[in-house]
Amino acid sequence: MRERTGLTARRRAGRLRAGRRAGPWAADAPPPVPPADAAPPPGSQLRAPDRWPRGPRISGPLRRRREGRLAGGVATGLAARFGLDVRVVRAAFVISALLSGFGAAAYVAAWLLLPAEDATDGAIASRALGDRRGIALAAGLVSVLVVIMLIGTALGAAWIGSLAWPGVITLAGLVLIWRNADPDEQASLRRVARPALDLAADYPRSRIWARAAIAAVLLVAGLASLVAGHPRRAALLPLGGLILVVAAILLLLGPWWVRIARDLVTERQARIRAEERADMAARVHDSVLQTLALIQRRADDPQQVVQLARAQERELRGWLFGGRSPGSLEGQATTLADGVRLIQQEVEARHGIPVEAITVGDCPLDDAVSALLAAAREATVNAVKWSGAPVVSLFAEVEPAEVAVFVRDRGRGFDPAAVAGDRKGLAESIHARMARRGGVATVRSSPGEGTEVSLRMPRLAGERAAGGVPS
Amino acid sequence: MTGVPRVVIVDDHGLFRAGVRAELGTDVTVLGEADDVAPAITLIGECLPDVVLLDVHLPGGGGQAVVSAVRAAHPQVRFLALSASDAPEDVIAVIRAGARGYVTKTISGPDLVDAVRRVAAGDSVFSPRLAGFVLDAFAASPGAAPGAAAPSFDPELDQLTPREREVLRLIARGYTYKEIARELYISAKTVESHVSSVLRKLQLSTRHQLTRWATERRLA
Repeated sequence: MRERTGLTARRRAGRLRAGRRAGPWAADAPPPVPPADAAPPPGSQLRAPDRWPRGPRISGPLRRRREGRLAGGVATGLAARFGLDVRVVRAAFVISALLSGFGAAAYVAAWLLLPAEDATDGAIASRALGDRRGIALAAGLVSVLVVIMLIGTALGAAWIGSLAWPGVITLAGLVLIWRNADPDEQASLRRVARPALDLAADYPRSRIWARAAIAAVLLVAGLASLVAGHPRRAALLPLGGLILVVAAILLLLGPWWVRIARDLVTERQARIRAEERADMAARVHDSVLQTLALIQRRADDPQQVVQLARAQERELRGWLFGGRSPGSLEGQATTLADGVRLIQQEVEARHGIPVEAITVGDCPLDDAVSALLAAAREATVNAVKWSGAPVVSLFAEVEPAEVAVFVRDRGRGFDPAAVAGDRKGLAESIHARMARRGGVATVRSSPGEGTEVSLRMPRLAGERAAGGVPS
Repeated sequence: MTGVPRVVIVDDHGLFRAGVRAELGTDVTVLGEADDVAPAITLIGECLPDVVLLDVHLPGGGGQAVVSAVRAAHPQVRFLALSASDAPEDVIAVIRAGARGYVTKTISGPDLVDAVRRVAAGDSVFSPRLAGFVLDAFAASPGAAPGAAAPSFDPELDQLTPREREVLRLIARGYTYKEIARELYISAKTVESHVSSVLRKLQLSTRHQLTRWATERRLA
């Protein structure tokens, strides 16, 4: 039976690829609100008396929407609340941002002040109030901005002054959002900023030299022309004054800025280290700790213990020296259905309990879907190990907006609130792993009733538009 | 349907037939066994059981050959497909031929007896796997472009309602009908009627997508 499942899973993948390219997820049960990138429903444009294309309207207080957002979901939220087309709202923000900077400031302020639709702890602003380091950081960066603007104004570019307030609000707001938003919102912020970051990171070294050389030439030429303008030396006086003022400011605020910059770097490193640690802990738990638990249970069967230990040793070596992470399906599976099948085979082989695995639809593995699979694997292993159920159900479905996996057993169940703190399985390997990629894990269990773990991972807008499988 | 259901077992593996007979025990009367298409048709015609437990894979033409041959003459005989092979095209073909349900051979004894009783009573039996197949088969969009949709497309038959989809999803997640009823705040009878309606759509739909789905898989 299992030999055939593999074959069918692959066939299914091929079939769906062909089917979906022909027509994306039409007809059955359209979501209540179409994703923002989709065209407005046909007919609405014909009926609407005004020129604006309109979208469906959602009542209730104004909230930032998660569905179809590009950055903070402000435009999607506004569009949904007032029944406008999201593209019109976005265009309004962009145009007013370009004209006066007001659009950017308004957007950031709304991001900060409006709660997200599913937020339980209010707006980001309420969290930011308690973030003293974040406020200090924002103040520091704002002071840099103000100095730049002062210099600009002194040099005669008065228009820079008009950007002052929007600029200050935008900058300070972004800093506070960056530090206080949910992990998945940070991920979306990162996605927006990625082109700029990539540009900075991939800057070739030769370019830096070229830039330095050009700067040097300009500097020499500028100084030469200043000195050559000897007869009108009086014109240099305001410039000298400006230099003095800048020097004074640098002397006064410079050390503070340097400290902020250094703090930023250390904090970023600390965050990276913490994430690495969490990732590592999750992986060690999934592989080594699980195997050790298994060995304790099979202590009366020496042959099996040896076999388990050997398999674990191989896996650990592969990870430490070969860079292949344990528990990851990297390199073995390329699609969700493949991954689910691998989990089924691995768990059945290792624990001897049948896993009823069912996949509906398919999609390629990206970072997020791989994390989802790793969490699903952990949930399945937990179920076969602890529940005592004779069979475990593993159901994966690819939907237009998300990928969902459900792991269910009819075993003894447990009280999720009473799990001991050092049991990393649920907290690290499932909840945190999902949250890091913007997904959600919920566990429903009560003693005697069995357990169901639901894992939902949103799909990226681009993939959604392509119908799941890029051609 | 009251009393003990009378059953015929059709499977080409003797060992498996014996196993099923033992599992069913005294809750079900086994009238006879057959190991291929032709003997099965004769046997069913002779003893007219309530339910035929039918292997999807048979040497002489597959389970659907038995279903199609018997249903014309004896529409009251009901079929429950039972299979170790999970090839969706075969399962869907047997259901489309007229079987009232599908369970995998890993099913436990009591569950199998329960499934036989339900089929005998005229209900349908969906295993999680069948629910997954059906969701998959109905998930693909009907027709590539709205303009070029298949002319035979009938929304009544060729599309699942959101509720039916929800019920199938829960079956695929391993819920029993009773648990589904509790989850969706409906009665178990309503769950049953949703499932029967899905079965009817599966059997009657001439949906281009569905037939193509089956053929494509067969060819693949």
